[in-house]
Amino acid sequence: MRLTTPVTLMLAIAAVTGLAVVSLFIGVADINSFDEFWSLVFLTRLPRTLAVILTGLSLSVAGVVMQSLARNKFVEPTTTGTVEWAALGILLLLLFWPQASMTTKLIVASLFSLIGASSFLFILSRIQLQSSLIIPLAGIMYAGVISSVLAFIAYRFDLMQSVWTWIQGDFSMILKGRYELLWISAALCGLAYFTADQFTLASMGKHTALNLGLNYRFTLFWGVSIVAMISGITVVISGIIPFVGLVVPNIVSLLFGDNYRRTLPWVAVIGTGLVLTCDILARVLAFPYEIPVATVMGVIGSIIFLILIHKQNQHA
Amino acid sequence: MIQFNNVSVDIRSTPILKDISFSIPETGLTSVIGPNGAGKSTLLSALTQTVPTSAGEILIDDKPIQSYEKNKLARTLSILRQDNHLTARLTVEDLVTFGRFPYHKGRPTKEDAQKIATAIEFLGLNEFQHRFLDQLSGGQRQRAFIAMVLAQDTKYVCFDEPLNNLDMKHSQSIMKQLRLACDSLNKSIIVVLHDINFAASYSDSIIAMHNGRVFEIGSPEEIMQDNILQALYDMPLHVQTINGQPLCLYYS
Repeated sequence: MRLTTPVTLMLAIAAVTGLAVVSLFIGVADINSFDEFWSLVFLTRLPRTLAVILTGLSLSVAGVVMQSLARNKFVEPTTTGTVEWAALGILLLLLFWPQASMTTKLIVASLFSLIGASSFLFILSRIQLQSSLIIPLAGIMYAGVISSVLAFIAYRFDLMQSVWTWIQGDFSMILKGRYELLWISAALCGLAYFTADQFTLASMGKHTALNLGLNYRFTLFWGVSIVAMISGITVVISGIIPFVGLVVPNIVSLLFGDNYRRTLPWVAVIGTGLVLTCDILARVLAFPYEIPVATVMGVIGSIIFLILIHKQNQHA
Repeated sequence: MIQFNNVSVDIRSTPILKDISFSIPETGLTSVIGPNGAGKSTLLSALTQTVPTSAGEILIDDKPIQSYEKNKLARTLSILRQDNHLTARLTVEDLVTFGRFPYHKGRPTKEDAQKIATAIEFLGLNEFQHRFLDQLSGGQRQRAFIAMVLAQDTKYVCFDEPLNNLDMKHSQSIMKQLRLACDSLNKSIIVVLHDINFAASYSDSIIAMHNGRVFEIGSPEEIMQDNILQALYDMPLHVQTINGQPLCLYYS
């Protein structure tokens, strides 16, 4: 049975659009008039919903690109040190240049992510035993090392609290004027889609890719740049949201395979739907208070992940 | 024609290939045999430039291999390696379509579609073409990869131990298909083989390698001699001709 038809994709997009509309109508404020409603929607609710959509989409695509380059389904930017490097960049900026603009923060976080992603891939290329478990373990250890450096510096300068609020994935602070740079990361996803075949080839391994005439080095560089920029942008604006980049590519892979030209639209749609759902839950579960979306995602993501591992074992 | 002229390869300053010279014609099936560690796989790696040569030159159709642009080379020479374990879930059709990547760059034309269909048909994979590779048996998967490199439609096709992990029936059918590809599609096929009887039955010529050097090159009849094979493999064995075909008995 072929599920990847334009019709099923349209249905999925419609469902996610429905979620987005629901998301617009959730909030604490009492609305008394039509005018109040519109100003509220344009100032906070629409920006928030858009930020959630753009973040979900970007994190999922970044997960796919990372997995194709590492040739492993259990890695993503938050488990390989990429995001930790971005957070380290933000911390250093807080220390040395606290008044830095959003754009500066973005650039610094992206550059640090670039160091993180490329150093992880470099470490991978040095590991002799490339079993499917060693790679994510190496990533987790590496991420652990970087986040302890982060914690040490933050602790020394009494910045633990502010760093925590900075990097905890949360959409409650999103207002008009504070999320628009996320469009850049969505644009990067569009570019990734145009070069999807190169990532599929890279995921087939260096030798096969070279045999088919792929410029492997360039694809690595291109993919790492996409992952780094998406990580930098999303960490600065939305914070760290775990598991999205891990579970969404795996769900899509299980359903539709890994020919990214065909499956990347699905990755984007399912990623958006998942983060939207989690953000709605984050706002509804403790109404009128809010749980950080990263916490909700952590719980839901880990449950999905366990189910996926179970499914994969059945397949193998 | 592929020419190796005094090629040497060192890996971490250990010489693996030592001063190798031979040539492979534009059509025909050439087998590379020899004991473990003789340098057979390294020979293919040198040919596909995945290991650097430390001396000598490799010419393809009289042009040095380094002078080929990546994409042009991918339309001239293809290789299927031993370990084709994919973490990516692709269907047979996806995989074979990627074999045409050097031509279509992601936008398959009608001609590509036709070559893809031919390759799938040729390897008898029609009924599996929409299945994922991880839903196939080892033999079917191997055939899918062979279909991929055949769809790549290069003049020279190299296979590194394509019979690994295959039973007798599938080994035979793969060798038959390679022979057929050679004869009906006019290709030059280079196969690294461990089973010298398969090499003898299906090849036009055999390159015997030993300790990083070319030990002997010749037709199957010339190579399938007691003294040559005994020295090559350093073990007692015996060649007998059965139904006009030389067979090496080395089991007892």
